Amino acid sequence: MNRLRGVTKKALFLPLICLVLVLLLNMIKDPGFFSIAINNGVLYGRLIDILNRGSEIAILAVGQTLVVAASAGTDISVGSVMSLSACFCSVLLAGYGVNSTDTFRMPMLAGMLSGVFVGGVCGAVNGSLVSKLKIQPMIATLILFTAARAVGLLLCNNQITYLRYEPYKYLGNFIPGCPVPTPIFVAAAVISAAFLVLRKTSLGLYIQSVGINNRAARLLGINSARICFLCYVICGLCAGIAGIVASSRIYSADSNNIGLYYELDAILAVALGGNSLGGGKFNMAASVVGAYTIQAINTTLLALGISTDQAPVVKAIIVVVIVTIQSPVFRAWVLSRTGRNRKAIKEGAGA
Amino acid sequence: MKRVSINSNTVLLLITIGLFAAMYAAGCVIYADKGFSHFQTFLNVLITNAGLICVACGMTCVMLTGGIDISVGSLIAMDCMILAYSMGVKGYPCVPMLVFVLAIGLVFGLVQGFLVAYMEIQPFIVTMAGMFFARGMTAVISTAQLSITQQSNPQYYAWANAKIELPAFLGYMNNKGAVIVPFIRPTVVIALAVVAIIFLVLRYTKFGRSLYAVGGSESSAKMMGLDVRRTKLKAYVLSSFLCSIGGICYSLNTMAGAVQQAKGFEMEAIASSVIGGTLLTGGVGNVIGSLFGVLINGTINTLVITNGKLLSSWANIATAALLCFFIILQSVFALIKERKK
Repeated sequence: MNRLRGVTKKALFLPLICLVLVLLLNMIKDPGFFSIAINNGVLYGRLIDILNRGSEIAILAVGQTLVVAASAGTDISVGSVMSLSACFCSVLLAGYGVNSTDTFRMPMLAGMLSGVFVGGVCGAVNGSLVSKLKIQPMIATLILFTAARAVGLLLCNNQITYLRYEPYKYLGNFIPGCPVPTPIFVAAAVISAAFLVLRKTSLGLYIQSVGINNRAARLLGINSARICFLCYVICGLCAGIAGIVASSRIYSADSNNIGLYYELDAILAVALGGNSLGGGKFNMAASVVGAYTIQAINTTLLALGISTDQAPVVKAIIVVVIVTIQSPVFRAWVLSRTGRNRKAIKEGAGA
Repeated sequence: MKRVSINSNTVLLLITIGLFAAMYAAGCVIYADKGFSHFQTFLNVLITNAGLICVACGMTCVMLTGGIDISVGSLIAMDCMILAYSMGVKGYPCVPMLVFVLAIGLVFGLVQGFLVAYMEIQPFIVTMAGMFFARGMTAVISTAQLSITQQSNPQYYAWANAKIELPAFLGYMNNKGAVIVPFIRPTVVIALAVVAIIFLVLRYTKFGRSLYAVGGSESSAKMMGLDVRRTKLKAYVLSSFLCSIGGICYSLNTMAGAVQQAKGFEMEAIASSVIGGTLLTGGVGNVIGSLFGVLINGTINTLVITNGKLLSSWANIATAALLCFFIILQSVFALIKERKK
C-alpha cells in the first residue's frame, strides 16, 4: 500500500494515467488501434500517427516548460514565430514573391538553419522584454503574437510559397529507406538534448530557483535575468525548429495556417503534465507526455469521425476533467470525502 | 476646489487619449480627400467596434483581479451562431432569444468562475477550455454560414438597421448639395452605456473596489475580510455576461453566424485593455482607458482600409508596435515609481 502511494505521488503518474486512459478508450472503440503495418516501406498506424503529428507540440512543450518554470508566465507567441520562421526560410530559399519553385537560391540546410535562427531572435526579443524590462510574459509575447505572423505574411508577399524540392520534404515526411517518420527523430533529438542539458548541467536547478523566488536566487549569486532570457531564447529556437518541420510537412510556407493555435496546445501540454503555470518546479518528461496526450486526443476524435470543427467541444471537456482532477483543492475535497489521509489534509491546510 | 492628483496612471491615460487624438488628426490630414475627416467616419469606428467595447470592459474587470479571459472571441461566435440559427433559420422571435443568449453568458461565466475561483485552476487554462468549447459548440449548431434576413426576422432586421440621427450641424454637404446627417446605430448606445455603468461600478460600488483590492494583493484582501473567491467568481460572470451583450452587438452588426467569426477577438480585447493602461498583474486600470484602446485599434484598421493599397497585415504590425510602445512606457513609469521609494 505504501509503495502504491509512493507511485501515485510521482509527478509523472497522473499525466501517464491520462495518456493510458485515452489510449484505452481507443482500444475499446477500435481494437485495430494499436496495429502497425508497413506499407510501401514506411510505417503506418494510429500510434505512429500520434508520435508523428505530436512532434511539433512536443518540441514546443520543451521550450514552453522552461519559460513557464523560469518566468511564471507563458510564451503565447510560439505559434506565430513558427509561421515567421517558415516564411523566412522560404524567402531565403525561393526568393521574394516567388509562388512555387523547385530550385533553391542557397543551400537548403543554410535556409532551414536561418529559419531556426529567426526563431531564436524572436525568443531573444521576448526574453529581453521579460527579463530586462520586467514586463508580464503574456503581454510581452502578445507583441510578437500579433506581429510575427503579419511579418511572415509580408515576407511571403501575402501568398503561399511552394517549395517543390524533394529533399525539403524529408524533414516533415520520410527519408527514403527509413520507415520511421522524420519528425519523430527531430522531436526525439530536441527532447534528449533538453534532458542532457538538464541532467548534466545545473541549468535546471537554476531555472527552478529563479522561478520559485527570483530575488532569493539573485542573492544566491544566480544571474536570474540571464537565466530567464536564456529560457526564452531556447523557447524561440524550439518554435523555429517546429516551424521548419511544419513547413516541410506541407512543403510550403503557409503563413496563415502554420502554427495556428499551437501556442494553446503547447501551454496545455505543460498544464496537463501537472506543471504549475505559476512557475518554479517543473517536470520536462511530464510536459512531453502531456504533449502526446493532446495529440492522442486529437487523433482519437478524428478516428471517431468527429469533424475538426466540432472536436474542440470534446477536447474542452477532457481538459476540464483532467485539470480538475489535478487541482489540489479537488484532491483535498475527495480525500476528505473518502475519510482517509486526514493527516495529508491537515498538512495541506497548514501549507 | 479639489485638485485632480496627477499620478503615473492618469498620465498613461492622458497619453492614450492624446495618441488617439493625434492619430485621428493625422488621418484627417493625410486622407482628407477620402472623407476621413467627416464625423461619420469616427461614428463608423464606434459602430463597427461596439461589440469589442463591451468585451474589453469585461476583460478589464477580469484583468483587474489578475486573471484573464481568452474565451470571449469564441463565446461571441457561439452567440452569433445561436441568434443566426434560431432567428434566421428557425424564425423564432427575437426577445426570448436575446434573453436566452444573455442567460448563456451568465451560465458560461458561472462555470468558468467556479473553476477559477473555487477549484483554483489557472484562469488561462480554464478560459482556454471555454474557448475550445464555445468554438466547437458553434460548429455543432451549424458549420454553414447562416444569415438573418429581412424575411426571416423583420424586427431584428429593423433593430439592426435603425439609425439614430445626430444634430444636423455635425453633418456635411455632399457634392449634390444635400446634407448628410451623421447617425449611429443602437449598438453604439448599448456599448457606451456599458462603459458608463462599468465605470461607475468600478469607482463607486463595493464590488468594484474589491476587484481592485483582490488584484492589488490577494492576501491583503483576504485579511481585510473580503471574500476573494466570490469576487473572482463575480468578475468572470460579469466578463461573460458583457461578452454576450457584445455578442448581440456583433450579431446586429454582421447579421450572420459562422464558425470562424470573431477569431482573435480575445487578443484584440486584451491589447485594447493594455493600451488603455490595465496591468495584467491586476489592481491597475479602468474602462475609459480600455474604450480608447478599442478606438485606437479601430482607427488603425480604418486608416489601413482607407489607404486601400496596404496589406491588412500592416494593421497587425501597427497594433503590435503600439502595444510595444505602451508596455515599455508602463514599465518605465513603474521603474520611476520604484526609484522614488
